[in-house]
Amino acid sequence: MAVEKMSLAKALNESLRKALDTDPKVLVMGEDVGKLGGVFRITDGLQKDFGEERVIDTPLAESGIVGTAIGLALRGYRPVVEIQFDGFVFPAYDQIVTQLAKMHARALGKIKLPVVVRIPYGGGIGAVEHHSESPEALFAHVAGLKVVSPSNAADGYWMLQQAIQSDDPVIFFEPKRRYWDKGEVDTESIPDPLHAARVARAGTDITLAAYGPMVKVCLEAAAAAEEEGKSVEVLDLRSMSPIDFDAVQKSVERTGRLVVVHEAPVFYGSGAEIAARITERCFYHLEAPVLRVGGFHAPYPPARLEEEYLPGLDRVLDAVDRSLAY
Amino acid sequence: MTVENTAARKPRRSSKRVSAAKKPTSAEPQLVQLLTPEGERVEHPDYDHFVADLGPDELRGLYRDMVLTRRFDAEATALQRQGELGLWASLLGQEAAQIGSGRALRDDDYVFPTYREHGVAWCRGVDPTNLLGMFRGVNHGGWDPNSNNFHLYTIVIGSQTLHATGYAMGVAKDGADSAVIAYFGDGASSQGDVAESFTFSAVYNAPVVFFCQNNQWAISEPTERQTRVPLYQRAQGFGFPGVRVDGNDVLACLAVTRSALERARRGEGPTLVEAFTYRMGAHTTSDDPTRYRHDDERVAWEAKDPILRLRKYLAAQGLADEAFFTELDAESDALAKRVREAVRAMPDPDDMAMFDNVYADGHALVDEERAQFAAYQASFADAPQEGK
Repeated sequence: MAVEKMSLAKALNESLRKALDTDPKVLVMGEDVGKLGGVFRITDGLQKDFGEERVIDTPLAESGIVGTAIGLALRGYRPVVEIQFDGFVFPAYDQIVTQLAKMHARALGKIKLPVVVRIPYGGGIGAVEHHSESPEALFAHVAGLKVVSPSNAADGYWMLQQAIQSDDPVIFFEPKRRYWDKGEVDTESIPDPLHAARVARAGTDITLAAYGPMVKVCLEAAAAAEEEGKSVEVLDLRSMSPIDFDAVQKSVERTGRLVVVHEAPVFYGSGAEIAARITERCFYHLEAPVLRVGGFHAPYPPARLEEEYLPGLDRVLDAVDRSLAY
Repeated sequence: MTVENTAARKPRRSSKRVSAAKKPTSAEPQLVQLLTPEGERVEHPDYDHFVADLGPDELRGLYRDMVLTRRFDAEATALQRQGELGLWASLLGQEAAQIGSGRALRDDDYVFPTYREHGVAWCRGVDPTNLLGMFRGVNHGGWDPNSNNFHLYTIVIGSQTLHATGYAMGVAKDGADSAVIAYFGDGASSQGDVAESFTFSAVYNAPVVFFCQNNQWAISEPTERQTRVPLYQRAQGFGFPGVRVDGNDVLACLAVTRSALERARRGEGPTLVEAFTYRMGAHTTSDDPTRYRHDDERVAWEAKDPILRLRKYLAAQGLADEAFFTELDAESDALAKRVREAVRAMPDPDDMAMFDNVYADGHALVDEERAQFAAYQASFADAPQEGK
């Protein structure tokens, strides 16, 4: 296998398979990850091939899952934990923030915590409450954690490999509504560094910065804007901690305009951090204030309203117009 | 049953005997006890053989461990009062629980402590001065957990029981026969993480011993505020055995922990040990127990002091002479002096240390902030010193 077209879900599955195959210390653990293959089938077939000792169905207790993963990491394993849905991570939040993030520093570097926490996140699948949230900022705010999110199948394949190889804890946000989107995956290429942003579409008039599920929306917005004669650059940030500010700066120094787009609420979201940093770095290049498009300061709404809540093509284009109007 | 033990030659009372200060009722749980508060060895058919190998040297060793630990602890309290430490969590009264369980461990076993396991740390060979860094505020722990298989102190109560369980799951995966011990207290027993660690360890049959020191008080809250059943009985609902041991009886704590560790090594899964003891001092040096408990209670527990009872036993059995006790006093003072000097000599960390080890593989933002802060600090280099 070299270049193959596959869905993001399949790419993640292949990535886990390769990690399990390459390193006997890699474990996959979570609720329903075994026989069922996970509710999104990301771990499909892995327990059959690698056994119950390495692909572990856990009790339904998220703090227990992450807490025992920490213990396994201390014993020399590299656990890849699946949290079934974004809204279910909070019972584990204490273990992640209080223990996982800080243990390396508390031990003055003498122990490492190579734990990956995979979280399917974001909306757009018509789900019930607690199944559509975007809590990435709550993790990016915590020193000691790294936070990433692939937007496509190739990144899904490679970024998960890199996250597993990392000696730091990585919170790996998977855009669940993109699980079934297909893309080409070259399993023999040399991937970009895990925390580097990527220019998903080059443009000259304005920069859209996004990650995970919103990259596709931004690419569609850029295509639509092109029909109106506007040249929109789309940056796929890929990593929310650290953020590749150099890449954003480089783009904004050329375009003079920036809109940050994410599903998470705008208030205290990663867009706020990017706006502040870029204002500092690019003050004399900016032609307009950095604008943000994202969720509202309201609980994620019932599914019948999520289309209004989530940033779509029109809301992104509206922000592009507002920025260009300055 | 033959017990080849110095202690076994001594006349003893019935194993059914319950500690005098604890009035037995029908609902009152049995307490495993091998040494009464009066220093008399009592028989226990299930546990005698776990301490049958202890000769005079070992018994004196346990006594020495407890005395040195108490002396170290008292010195740390004094250092806090002198302003050398920001805080200290005293183990006063819990020496038997910690030394008994700590001495039950093999080198390859792994310990997950709370923040009060100074006696267990001692048994593991962790230099006592290493424990003081976090209380002085120069680090958050800082020792290498793998040097002595003694994890960092954990302040958020109960969290470490899950780490112990995961570590034990790893031991089992490795096919090793090591065991893991998780310490926690009566307060932590209410935490969800402790319940989850019971669930995980039970379903995966993990080789872990849960060692709960029920010292009767979670800061100001009595055990009745945590549970309606004796804590050791909680294990039953999770499908593994629980046992209550006299936590002020070092022999019983050693025997019960050895038994639980052996069970873990045999692949029979977890055990909950409830060491029934008493926090003789305040929760920490910041606490004021006079606001919530009567001194009568402390006085009653003083009669059950773990060190005193072993001393009575050693003296009565002729296992230690006055010279031993005098030498130990001198050794205690020397330890205290060494600790005092080490604490006072402990340097403050470098300003830049806060940026160290945030990540194992580095992080662009940390690098950027470190450089900015270093430049900011350096900008004062040429500034005249205040008052000069």
